[in-house]
Amino acid sequence: MSILVDKNTKVICQGLTGQQGTFHTEQALEYGTRMVGGVTPGKGGQNHLNLPVFDSVKDAVQETKADASVIYVPAPYCKDSIIEAVDAGIKLVVCITEGIPTLDMLEVKYYLQNKNTKLIGPNCPGIITPGQCKIGIMPGSIHKPGKIGIVSRSGTLTYETVKQTSDLGLGQTSCVGIGGDPIPGMNFIDVIKLFQADPRTEGIIMVGEIGGTAEEEAAEYIRDHVNKPVVAYIAGVTAPPGKRMGHAGAIIAGGKGSAADKFAALEEAGVFTVKSPADIGITMQRALS
Amino acid sequence: MNLHEYQAKQIFNQYGLPVPNGVVIRSADEVATEIGELSTKTTVVKAQVHAGGRGKAGGVKIVEGRDAVTSVAQELLRTNLVTYQTDSKGQPINALLLEDTCDIARELYLGAVIDRSTKRVTFMASTEGGVDIEKVATETPEKIVKVSVDPMLGVMLYQCRNIAFALGLQDKQIKQFSKILQGLGRMFIEKDFSLLEINPLVVTSAGDLLCLDAKINIDDNALYRQPELREMWDPSQVDQREIAAKEWDLSYISLDGNIGCMVNGAGLAMATMDLIKLCGGLPANFLDVGGGATKERVTEAFKIILSDQNVRAVLVNIFGGIVRCDLIAEGIIAAVGEVGIKVPVVVRLEGNNAEKGAKLLEESDFNITPAQTFQEAAEKVVQVAGGAK
Repeated sequence: MSILVDKNTKVICQGLTGQQGTFHTEQALEYGTRMVGGVTPGKGGQNHLNLPVFDSVKDAVQETKADASVIYVPAPYCKDSIIEAVDAGIKLVVCITEGIPTLDMLEVKYYLQNKNTKLIGPNCPGIITPGQCKIGIMPGSIHKPGKIGIVSRSGTLTYETVKQTSDLGLGQTSCVGIGGDPIPGMNFIDVIKLFQADPRTEGIIMVGEIGGTAEEEAAEYIRDHVNKPVVAYIAGVTAPPGKRMGHAGAIIAGGKGSAADKFAALEEAGVFTVKSPADIGITMQRALS
Repeated sequence: MNLHEYQAKQIFNQYGLPVPNGVVIRSADEVATEIGELSTKTTVVKAQVHAGGRGKAGGVKIVEGRDAVTSVAQELLRTNLVTYQTDSKGQPINALLLEDTCDIARELYLGAVIDRSTKRVTFMASTEGGVDIEKVATETPEKIVKVSVDPMLGVMLYQCRNIAFALGLQDKQIKQFSKILQGLGRMFIEKDFSLLEINPLVVTSAGDLLCLDAKINIDDNALYRQPELREMWDPSQVDQREIAAKEWDLSYISLDGNIGCMVNGAGLAMATMDLIKLCGGLPANFLDVGGGATKERVTEAFKIILSDQNVRAVLVNIFGGIVRCDLIAEGIIAAVGEVGIKVPVVVRLEGNNAEKGAKLLEESDFNITPAQTFQEAAEKVVQVAGGAK
């Protein structure tokens, strides 16, 4: 078992013929992901990497019955691309692109409210179920099929976490990079809920960062709804408060958002917190035994 | 990107919001020609820097007459203003805003941000303007009223009225306040703000509302579609190394320690700083070298890190991912050679061909120490930088 994607997931790529789309689709194909086509408006009817190219997501879904879409289009066009995928009935949209205006994401989230589509990202490495399906830019080689569910706001720090669990032989059921933007698609709670329900997932690792209150909210959810061991690391204990302008951000956060606050909230919820990023894997191993 | 107060007020003007009559000067000589634009007996002189807390730091002064304004201008311009929100060097004052003064009956607070939890633009208002509003937020949160804005509807009139009543506004003030709040709501969306603050929003003794101060922060990701705002960018308010880094798409923040850090990915970069600290060292910077750790970018990153005189050692922590580590190692060796680095460099490479990369580093002619694990890398760099503090 796994969450969200497995060997049967049929994936299309929006922005297939671009540089990023091409490179990462090649990698995904090599990994064994069931890539079934791509979308580049104006290039419909062509073939690229032996995959059919369509003018619209709607056409691609009609022809390929795709379940998931991965987006590599430039930031100014991502809002349009995500909503196009939603309207075409794609169940899982993974947006890798970074640099999308926050207000665009605010509108996207608003639009997604009563839809059946799940969005991962933007500004994220994507999602992988080791040995079955890789959607995104993560290096496939460091992953191993196994029993840990990983959810993270970071990119390379996720890889670090993955590698530690692979080296210890724990492996992963699925790994989800939810992205570092202020307004992400799926959040910690959305993913942790799925890991809790997944019978193969024995332990959950969450990797957070300073800023926002997503970790505090997740802590509350874990306390009330999760009985699997959860290990958490929050990056940015040493990050400086930075030059600030105004107070509005601090008021809305209501004294939350620092690494210390997040660690405290998680510990209170019974989560195994890790102060050293080198100890994430080993802490999970201990938590399981 | 932050705007100066005078720039924010220009935008307020475009949207018909009430701001004091004012002029901007960049040298004390301009006082003579510009002061004619002002009409009140006293003039407020406000230092234009990207930081809060200007008043307490001596960056805002009320004086009377041309000579007094000129002498304040001479005193402030070309100096740095240190406030509780700046570092110890402070922010350079290159411009002053001269404004008419007014009689203040009440000082209110009005701010807006994108609230991550509600995923809405949220307005906050308080009767306790002018003072330390963060203290109000923690100690007496009931004194702060919030409304969140529906993305499809914008700010509704009833929301304006509700806040206005909560602020104790009356009669014509309610209409004035509604105009301000709806204007701000439109502005926030149309101009891609990420933060907005008017502190204080005052009620004058004549009973009119006036935006006495203005802080605006623009979403950097949206600057591509805000050409007018892009022009307002003031590089003098930002650390010069941070600007150099930006040119190479590197993300750099200067810190107080002595261990330079070069890492790919913001999360891993923060984690690296955390681990250095745990091992007893102090990071000199945050630097995210981004996805493509090519020779050119690594070279520029080294130059920026080493421009900080405090750096005694450098830790390079790259999780190669899809890019091959031997290629990254070649880039690092070439960069070290080109920049002529004198301090020891500890490198940890992970990902494809990591061992081959480490071997190349070991065999290089430079003072590069490879490390296998994250932990080992942090320990080694703390050691070569002079040991744990």
